[in-house]
Amino acid sequence: MSRLAATFAELAQKNRKALIPFVTAGDPNPQFTVPLMHAMVGAGVDIIELGVPFSDPMADGPVIQRASERALAHHQSLRTTLAIATEFRKTNGHTPIVIMGYLNPVEAMGYEKFADAVQAAGIDGVLTVDLPPEEAQECTALLKSRGVDPIFLLAPNSSAERIATMDTIGAGYLYYVSLKGVTGAGHLNAADVETKLAEIRENTKLPIAVGFGVKDAQTAKTIANLGDGVVVGSALISQIEANLHSPSQAKEAIIDLLTAMRQAMDN
Amino acid sequence: MTEKYNMPDARGHFGVYGGIFVAETLMPAIEELNTAYQHYMQDPDFIAELDKDLQYYVGRPSPLYHAERWSQELGGAQIYLKREDLNHTGSHKINNTVGQALLAKRMGKTRIIAETGAGQHGVATATVAARLGLECVVYMGAVDVARQSLNVYRMKLLGAKVVAVESGSKTLKDALNEALRDWVTNIDNTFYIIGTVAGPHPYPAMVRDFQAILGRESRAQCLEQAGKLPDVLVACVGGGSNAMGLFYPFIDDVNVKLIGVEAAGDGVETGRHSAPLCAGRPGVLHGNRTYLMSDDDGEIIETHSISAGLDYPGVGPEHAWLKDSGRAQYVNITDDEALGGFYALTRMEGIIPALESSHAMAYILKLAPTMKKDEIIIVNLSGRGDKDMQTMAKREGIEL
Repeated sequence: MSRLAATFAELAQKNRKALIPFVTAGDPNPQFTVPLMHAMVGAGVDIIELGVPFSDPMADGPVIQRASERALAHHQSLRTTLAIATEFRKTNGHTPIVIMGYLNPVEAMGYEKFADAVQAAGIDGVLTVDLPPEEAQECTALLKSRGVDPIFLLAPNSSAERIATMDTIGAGYLYYVSLKGVTGAGHLNAADVETKLAEIRENTKLPIAVGFGVKDAQTAKTIANLGDGVVVGSALISQIEANLHSPSQAKEAIIDLLTAMRQAMDN
Repeated sequence: MTEKYNMPDARGHFGVYGGIFVAETLMPAIEELNTAYQHYMQDPDFIAELDKDLQYYVGRPSPLYHAERWSQELGGAQIYLKREDLNHTGSHKINNTVGQALLAKRMGKTRIIAETGAGQHGVATATVAARLGLECVVYMGAVDVARQSLNVYRMKLLGAKVVAVESGSKTLKDALNEALRDWVTNIDNTFYIIGTVAGPHPYPAMVRDFQAILGRESRAQCLEQAGKLPDVLVACVGGGSNAMGLFYPFIDDVNVKLIGVEAAGDGVETGRHSAPLCAGRPGVLHGNRTYLMSDDDGEIIETHSISAGLDYPGVGPEHAWLKDSGRAQYVNITDDEALGGFYALTRMEGIIPALESSHAMAYILKLAPTMKKDEIIIVNLSGRGDKDMQTMAKREGIEL
């Protein structure tokens, strides 16, 4: 059983939902990320999504775009993001790490080399935003043969047929994007999410993490009642942006927000 | 080539290039578009409406003009100009926007979005949106807004909202990113008119098909005027829509050489250029696999060209395929050389070309003298130079 599958199985047993923070690797500087990851684990997160900065993040809103730009200014790349995961794994062997990014850095490295490097870094899942299942066979086969779970996105307008495809090709969990739009946009509608999740569950047994529009403890709690996991990204990165003069304050603000979400989700 | 050319495959692949590489949130919109496009391209009613608009609104067919004085001056091949500069709005871009806007109307979409570099595609989109009474938003890099202010004004006159994009390098690629973000947010009522033969399938094939009219006309006009097919076709390549439109109807004519001219900016050797086919590597951006300008880490490199319309780090996937298969060849022309082409055509034939098209003209200066007098080159004069008057005057130190 993969580390992701084991994590969701254990949470289900305890009747808890996964809290999944997303942060961009190397934002606001490369030294910030590994200590932040450990602190987030201390605040009760279950899985960490680590964003790989990309020059052209087409599916992301302005908050994550700017995070990418800050990280790229420090030459953060796919290779150095893998190095961050390796560093984290030296002292944490249990918290699953999922890297999330765009395909071109993977193409530049080469699929096989990428799969080897991901496995060596102790990474558990890979979510490539612009790699839909139709184009993903080669990459997912290489990842799966190394015990790494390919994670796929589902959208409010994904058909039942596409959900079934994701179920076959994906592993670990499915990431339901609760809004039509980019990351950090708008407000989610709990009733819409509930209706769609019911349809999704008819077509897959995989755990479902829900993201896009999770802003505070209240929305985290609402989503936790519906999905198997709650992904929070832009709201955390906004704390970095609000505290660029003091990374230590940024870290504190992130931990406070995650702690509040954890409490709200567990009560 | 014994079998008839029939790229792309059903999922938009030109060999390893092309395809559909977008976030899941966009997939349903792309499938909806593909279904509508496949349907209406077979619909006689739609084709008749399109043909009528191309004839009476765009002004087609555009002339194929034998540039006799210039041909004589260069002393080699006979040069024929495909006069896309004479189209309504001043470039080939309108062939495609008329087609996509009619498709949008048939699909019941009420809002049009587009990206633009030089502003030619933005103007062509704003034009058809005005005519059909559709809301129109054009995304344009902030750098391009500054250097193409005339076209920005034209778009606003036509009723479009022009959004200056401040992210990334603030040029065409960033405008495309922003248009994709808009599309994914407003998928239900919005049609995204991409201006070139790039993007996820079906865009590369669809834009090519809408632009192929200029190639079909060129073929018939050349046979009529010269009694034979041309020996060489030349066109500038940014995203590559004017080149693809010209090349496509000739792909099975194996004796016709196809030459695409990329923008070398300060020179390919300086790294400051926009020539992915000549000096890039395969990768994935904006929904398709193609040649790209990216670094060892796969990050996209900033491009440079005097012409905003060629300032793009990728290129249509069909060009990538034509390059690898050897069917077409791709050369590059620097900013300074392009200016030579600009002045040559202006002074020799009394036609002021767009800076994009000037790259193709500059290559004619090199190519024509090496060919025989009974050989024929068709070069695509893809747009007129009016929009570049400020840029040119500034280079000459003149205040307009």
